[in-house]
Amino acid sequence: MIKNFTVSVKDLPATANVCYSKSQHGLMAMFANDERTLNGNFAIYCLFDGADKGELLLVKALLDAEQPLEFPSLTPIIPAAAWYEREINDLFGLTPVGHPDLRPLVLHENWPAGIYPLRKDFDSQTVVPDAARKFPVAHAHGEGVFEVPVGPIHAGIIEPGHFRFSQAGEAIIRLDAKLFFTHRGIEKAMEGLTVDQAIYRAERICGACSVSNALSFSLAVENITGVEIPERARWIRILVAELERLYNHVGDVGNLCAGLGFAVGVSNGARLKEHLMRLNEYITGNRFLRGMVIPGGVRFDVPGDLLLKIDKALGRLEPDFLQVVELLRENEAFLNRVNTTGILPNRAAKDLGVVGVAARASGIDYDLRRDKPYGGYDQTDFSVPVYHSGDVAARLWVRVDETLESIQIARLMIERITAAKAILAVPIPAAIPYSSGIGWSESARGSNVHWLMLAEGNRIYRHFVRSASYPNWPALTVAAPGNIIPDFPLVNKSFELCYACLDR
Amino acid sequence: MFRILQKIMTTGMVTENYDAASLPVRFRGEVIVADSPCITCQECSDACPTGALALLNGKMTINQRACIFCGRCVEICEQQMLRQTDNYKLAELSGQLQETGGRLRDRIIKTLGRSLAIRHLDVGSCNACDWEMTALNNPLYDLQQYGIDFVASPRHADLLMVTGVVTRNLTQALLMTYEATPTPKLVMAVGACAASGRTFGASYAIRGGVDKFVPVDIYVPGCPPRPQALLYGLMLALDRLK
Repeated sequence: MIKNFTVSVKDLPATANVCYSKSQHGLMAMFANDERTLNGNFAIYCLFDGADKGELLLVKALLDAEQPLEFPSLTPIIPAAAWYEREINDLFGLTPVGHPDLRPLVLHENWPAGIYPLRKDFDSQTVVPDAARKFPVAHAHGEGVFEVPVGPIHAGIIEPGHFRFSQAGEAIIRLDAKLFFTHRGIEKAMEGLTVDQAIYRAERICGACSVSNALSFSLAVENITGVEIPERARWIRILVAELERLYNHVGDVGNLCAGLGFAVGVSNGARLKEHLMRLNEYITGNRFLRGMVIPGGVRFDVPGDLLLKIDKALGRLEPDFLQVVELLRENEAFLNRVNTTGILPNRAAKDLGVVGVAARASGIDYDLRRDKPYGGYDQTDFSVPVYHSGDVAARLWVRVDETLESIQIARLMIERITAAKAILAVPIPAAIPYSSGIGWSESARGSNVHWLMLAEGNRIYRHFVRSASYPNWPALTVAAPGNIIPDFPLVNKSFELCYACLDR
Repeated sequence: MFRILQKIMTTGMVTENYDAASLPVRFRGEVIVADSPCITCQECSDACPTGALALLNGKMTINQRACIFCGRCVEICEQQMLRQTDNYKLAELSGQLQETGGRLRDRIIKTLGRSLAIRHLDVGSCNACDWEMTALNNPLYDLQQYGIDFVASPRHADLLMVTGVVTRNLTQALLMTYEATPTPKLVMAVGACAASGRTFGASYAIRGGVDKFVPVDIYVPGCPPRPQALLYGLMLALDRLK
C-alpha cells in the first residue's frame, strides 16, 4: 500500500525526517518531475519504505516555478539522498541548498552548464554543444600519497567507469568513482512513447536485469491502471524472475573466483551459467529472457514440455552447483582471500540505503519479495539469508543460499503454472491522464523501482528508474578503503554492480 | 585438491564446436518479408520499437542492423507477410574487408596470421552484448581454441569489438581507444546499439552508431547477438568458414 503526502518544499525536511525515522529501510528513491504545465510547479518526490509489511510512503514536495529553483537538501539528515540530489541538480537544475558535495554526477564535463535535459522545455532533438566544465574527482593529500587512475576502459570485458584510488603504498586510503559513462538519457527517450512501445526500451536498460526492469515497469503500469493480471501470467513472471536471479548468482559466484585467480571456480561458474542462458533461450527465445514480461501479463506461455525441461535442468544444476561451492568452502587459500576483505559495516549500509545481496551480507534483513510483496510473492514461502560480517565472503554466501532458494521457488512455480488456466495477458485500459504509479521488484542485485506518470493515450510523461546498483555504488567506495589495491577487483566483483542500470 | 581433481574429471570436456548446440524452437532470428501480398499498411513499421522497418521503393524492408528481434512486427501484421526465422548468422562485412575485390582483406588476414587479439570497448551498452562476449571465454565456446583471445589493452589488439550506442560521455574514450590501436586494425560493431545507434531513439546523451565515429568492418546484428552469432562474425571476418 502506498501512502501519499503532499507538502511545500520548505516543509520537505521535516516531513522526510518523520518518514525516515518511521521506515524499515529508509529512503528508497528520490526524483524530480517537471509539472509546470500541469500545476505550475516542479515536484520533488521522496519514496520511503514504510514500517509495515507492504507499506510505502511517497512524499511529494511542490516547488513553485516562480520562486528560486532550490530546495533544502535532505543529505545532512539522510545520507542516502546525496546522489539523488546531485542527479536532480544535474538534470532539472533544482538546487539542493546545504548539500555537502554538489559536484556534477550524471552529466560530465562535456555538458554545458545551465542546460537541463529533463525539463519539459528541453527538446530531445536539440544539438547541445560540447563544453569543458570542471569535473573534480575526490582525492587524498599527504606525503607519499599517490593516485592510481583506472578506466573508463578497463582491462577485462567490463562496463565503463573511472576509479580514482588514493594510495599509501598498497593500501587504498580513498576511492572515488566517476560513473554514468553509459548514460543514454533513457528516461527522456521514454517520454511520449506508449507503454506497449516503451516496454522494449525498459527491458533494454540493462542486460543482466532485463526481467527485473520489465517487471517493475509493467507493475507500475498496472498500478496506475488498476489491472489485475491472470494467475498463470503471475507465476510465469515469478519463474522468469527467479531464473534471472539464478543465472546472475551462479555466474557471479564463478566470476568472484576470477577476482582472486581461482580458475576452476571461474570455468565451472561460467559453464553452469551457460547452461542456464541456453535454458532461457528455450523459454523466451532470448538468452536474457527478453520478450516475456509485458504490461498486462506475459507474451508467451510456458507449456508442459518446457516446464519439464526446466525442472530437469534445475535438477542437474543443484548438485553440480553444490559441488562447485564445496570446492570454495574447503579451500583455505580461497577463504583467506574472501574472509574479512572489503567489509561494508552495517551502519554504513543502513545510512546509504544499500539493498539486495550487499545489504543482506551486512546484517540487513530486507528483501522486497518478502517485505513489500508484489506480483504473487506474498503467496510464496522462501527464506531470506542474512549474514553479518559484511565482507566478500558474506556476499558470496548470500548468493549461494539465494541460489538454492530460487531453485525451490522456480520448482513451486512449475507446479502452479501447470495448475493455472491458460490466460496470459489482459489489455491495459486508458489511464486517467497524469496519474502516476510505482512498480518494484527484487532483482539479483536488490530492489529495482520504477515510477511512471502517464499522459493522454497512455503515453509516458515521466519515467524514473532506480535500479539496485544506484544505492549500492556509493557503498563500494566505503568498503574498498583499508584494503590493498590488488583486492579491489575482488571487492568490486563481490558487489557485482551494473553500470548500465545505474547510468540509464 | 582431491575434490578439485575429482570435479574436473567428473565434469569431463564440455567444449564444443561453435554451432553444435541445437537451436531452441522459440529462438527469434532474422525476420523475413514476403514479396506479396503486402498492402503497405505500415502497421509493422509503426510498431517497430527501433524503426528498423521502412518502405523502400514500395517494398517493406528490414534494416537488420537496427532490428532487436522482438517479433512485434510479426505479431502485428494481419496479412501474415512477416515471418521470424531462426537464422542468427547475420554478420556482414563492410569497409576494409569488402573493398578492392578482397585483396585488402587477404592482406589483413595474412598479416594477422592465424591469431587474432581482441579488445572490448563498451561505448554505451546495456551489458547484454558484453556478457555474451564474456561467454565466449566459457569452456563451452572456448574462444582460444580458434587462436582468438581478448587482450587487456588496445595497444595489443587487432580488432575492437564495440558494444552500445555511442554516448556523449564515452565519445572521447571511443576515439582514443581507436587511435591507440595499431594498424592494421578492424572494428566490429556488436549488437543493434553499436550497429545502428537506434535502440533508444534520439536522446541528448546518445550520439549514434559506432560507424558515425570510426570505420566499421564487421556488423553483427542481435539484441544481444548470441555467442554463436559473434563467433560466426569472427569466422566470417577471418575467412575461416570452411
